Amino acid sequence: MSPVQHMRTPMRRVRGLGTARSGTGQFWQQRITSVAGIPLTIGLLLIITALLGRSHAAVVQILGSPIVAIIVLLFTINTAYHMWIGMQEIILDYVHDEKWKLLSLMANTFFVFAVSLASIYAILKLSFGV
Amino acid sequence: MAEFEAGMPTEGPRARPLSPHLQIYKPTLTMVMSIVHRITGAALYFGMLLLAWWLIAAASGPNAYSNVEWFMSSLIGQLVLFGYTWALLHHMLGGVRHLIWDTIHGLEPVERELLTLATLIGSITLTLILWVVGYLVMGGPR
Repeated sequence: MSPVQHMRTPMRRVRGLGTARSGTGQFWQQRITSVAGIPLTIGLLLIITALLGRSHAAVVQILGSPIVAIIVLLFTINTAYHMWIGMQEIILDYVHDEKWKLLSLMANTFFVFAVSLASIYAILKLSFGV
Repeated sequence: MAEFEAGMPTEGPRARPLSPHLQIYKPTLTMVMSIVHRITGAALYFGMLLLAWWLIAAASGPNAYSNVEWFMSSLIGQLVLFGYTWALLHHMLGGVRHLIWDTIHGLEPVERELLTLATLIGSITLTLILWVVGYLVMGGPR
């Protein structure tokens, strides 16, 4: 593409992209997940408090009930994305060696997927009782 | 940057003086709470393993669940859970403070100190209240 084929100036094309090459996308997504995280965290803490000291059968029944399961699912999914962005930010701040940076970014993704999918599977199993 | 060491025969630019960094400043409350927000975030990241363990154990059966209960009620388990509760509440309140700051409010010298102190006092108070309630629930009727 030669420079004369488009009307946009180079400044217009790079504005907002920043060092992450994707602009403020993740900055904004971190804000969205943090706002969503407030009611979900309060909900999770209330659920856990209500389950303290109960028998396994009672815990299974309560965790598997629709409203409770949905709150825990939303918390898990919302937190998964929030913590993935957060840990990525920490890694990019402190790990400068290219090889270790790639490896730790990869490990971050694997960890978040494994932990959140395991939690989601457990909640669904409790809900459907398979 | 090893190739730019002073005294080395090189065509590249010599080592530049670095601007003063964190170590020359007296730590302030907002500075400390800034890094605490990051540390609690990282701790909560690994804390999700505990939540996953609890959910998987509940889904697995009574034996797995009693293992979790045994660990959570042990001294180490209680300490971890207490720290987890505080980290979660502190990260949440610190997040609210950051959301307020994102709207360009509360950034004046006195406001930002008060806001930061409020998140610290708030997180400790809420943690204690939640644990008192928790123990009352535990001691109450099933």
